[in-house]
Amino acid sequence: MRTPVNGCDWLTVRQGERADIDSVPRVEPDAFAEHVAAARGRGERLAQLFGRRMPDGGVVLHAFVADDREGTMKVCRSELRRSDGRPLQYPSVTGRWPAAQAFEREIAEQYGVHPIGHPWLKPLRYHATDDGSPAPWGAFDPNKPIPGDYPFYRVDGDEVHEVAVGPVHAGIIEPGHFRFQCHGEEVLHLEIALGYQHRGAEPLLLHRNATRSAIVAETLAGDASVGHALAYCTALESLAGAAVGVRAHAIRGIALELERLANHVGDLGALCNDVAFLPGASFLGRLRGEFLNLTLEICGNRFGRNLLRPGGVLFDIPPEMADGLHSRLDRLQPEVVRVLDMMFEQSSVLARFEGTGVLSQEQSEEIGLVGPVARASGCMRDVRHDFPHGVFQFSHLPVATETTGDVYARAAVRWLEVQRSMEFLLELLGNLPSGRTFAAPGPLCPNAVAFGLSETWRGEAMHVAFTDDAGKLAFVKAKDPSLHNWFGLALALRGVPISDFPLCNKSFNLSYAGHDL
Amino acid sequence: MLQILRTRLNQGHRTTKFPLELPVLPQRFRGRPEIDGTKCPEGCRECADACPTEAIAVSGGLSLDLGKCLFCTACVDACPPGAIQYTTDYRLAVNRRKDMVLSTGDLKLAERMRDDLHRILGRALRLREVCAGSCNACDLDTNVLNTVGWDLSRFGIQFVASPRHADGLLVTGAIPRNMRHALIETYEAVPAPKVVIALGACAISGGPFAGSPEVNNGLGDLLPVDLYIPGCPPHPVTILDGLLRLIGKMPSAGDAR
Repeated sequence: MRTPVNGCDWLTVRQGERADIDSVPRVEPDAFAEHVAAARGRGERLAQLFGRRMPDGGVVLHAFVADDREGTMKVCRSELRRSDGRPLQYPSVTGRWPAAQAFEREIAEQYGVHPIGHPWLKPLRYHATDDGSPAPWGAFDPNKPIPGDYPFYRVDGDEVHEVAVGPVHAGIIEPGHFRFQCHGEEVLHLEIALGYQHRGAEPLLLHRNATRSAIVAETLAGDASVGHALAYCTALESLAGAAVGVRAHAIRGIALELERLANHVGDLGALCNDVAFLPGASFLGRLRGEFLNLTLEICGNRFGRNLLRPGGVLFDIPPEMADGLHSRLDRLQPEVVRVLDMMFEQSSVLARFEGTGVLSQEQSEEIGLVGPVARASGCMRDVRHDFPHGVFQFSHLPVATETTGDVYARAAVRWLEVQRSMEFLLELLGNLPSGRTFAAPGPLCPNAVAFGLSETWRGEAMHVAFTDDAGKLAFVKAKDPSLHNWFGLALALRGVPISDFPLCNKSFNLSYAGHDL
Repeated sequence: MLQILRTRLNQGHRTTKFPLELPVLPQRFRGRPEIDGTKCPEGCRECADACPTEAIAVSGGLSLDLGKCLFCTACVDACPPGAIQYTTDYRLAVNRRKDMVLSTGDLKLAERMRDDLHRILGRALRLREVCAGSCNACDLDTNVLNTVGWDLSRFGIQFVASPRHADGLLVTGAIPRNMRHALIETYEAVPAPKVVIALGACAISGGPFAGSPEVNNGLGDLLPVDLYIPGCPPHPVTILDGLLRLIGKMPSAGDAR
């Protein structure tokens, strides 16, 4: 159990630790925004900001600020209580720290809380508040047919035109709505409206059937099942004080990196497709499946479902399977390298990638990007490196960064990560630690809070879990990296020809389901 | 250019011979379950209680609803006598919702679409995919059929951009309130005659999200469904097998094994 350091209004917690809920320092609502935004000045990063409804009708805000250099998370809270029938409100963080924009929209939408002074307060997922109270923009109308029915930001002018795309897209992808304001080919402004995928997932993370909750965690963003399951398991194991065996940790790490490989290789192939380099698209499209099939071998599902559970993993990798996986990966490695070398040597590919959809490091820091997209703009952040947990305590992966912040950089970071993940897997599969793979985690500590972080292939997934007086799971907050990054895509499109939108979009490849929950 | 040709040669021919050669899936792959209620101890309902989606019923004999099944191992792990066992049989697609309730290992696999439909759609089936509240896994493993590994177009099946160019919809996801309208509009934009395919546990029953007030628990009665493909997500070969059965291109359909 962690207690706050005297004289500091933040509680410092590391991954794997739990804290007494009452030990989280309270900050007055009026001082909350300034207190949280001060972390920005110290070079820290906003990892989570959410509300939780209290039995008395009030809402407690929780801020989690990551100190990536120290590998610590700092936590504080602020209690908003109703007075004189006024809606709950507090001065907004976003005005001081734009990285809070989506978090504060979520808080406003879930609980009807007003973040006063939020520069662009609008719905995030289009649903009613938990108690039916009106959100700051008005009461939710369930009869309104679609989230895209909303007054988008408009640019007016004789030669300005508007392009609307979605929710049903041309490809086999998830639904969302994109509204472009264009002058000729040039995009002046892109506004993204999501919420079509909102399934009401968060309450289901508390389902009485523990298997169901774990599967909901795996399907928050189905292409990052292992990453989300890892964050979810870590949060619950931390609450239980459970020690997971090194072998289980290693198998989790293998699954996480296979997931990264499949998605990165698939993304690189899709990027080739978007610039009409079809050899790259078809080779990489097929190679993506090879990695999914390695995961299938381990747990019977191509997406790693049913492998991670609180307490360890449900499937072992016996020695003969490890040998088989090792030799398949050993054959795959030169093939992947050869195809990627070919891709990155095509001037027709590079000409479309370079200088397209640029985000500066300053912009990325300001809006709080995570994952390969942030690393492509020169931001040093990778949960595996900064918050090492499980197998990453023993195997140190270097952080792959680029500096140009364009489509090229986002592709090149993936390329580097593909190489490093394959090396990591070959090493681990050749040298799997022994020990048990699963042990039930035992009872959860009452009145406690803990978090789990994982570096999914898209970036940081974070699950925060709270228990009640009886040690029962009472609240789980899940965050997909896409929540941070969608705004980055909108920014990257400014001044870009609209015909480059598919390319820019694929270079981010964000989750709609993970955002909408 | 030479490098591209060299890499192309190195890649070789990669398209599966399916359905002439049938794939062998790994031992741990969870396909059609086999159910043997005679192994159940008197009054036992451990598997039903363990099931995350209440897919298992024990009253009136053991049965499992494949439309709700997430193909996890909760029931298998809960049952030492082994009354429920997964096989590696990937063939799961059926025509009717009720055909998905299994009480033995037998599954009435999907049959070819009606003759009048088949005359029009059977030789070139064009589908619009609508993702409505899926986690993206069903969509990704549908997309896989377009890779060189499966080469879907050799069967005359193609995914098209516009519903107006399509012969039907392939729907994934639990159908959130926020996608319901767009789904129905897309369906209406498809010219008749048309087919609807429900892909994955979410589209069939709501899957892991069944019971959430934000979703419709899958297609339900929203649209008339011609083909159900269970799974979470179904393996690409399960999806392809279902599509080929629907257009009558699965050789010796009844006894593929």
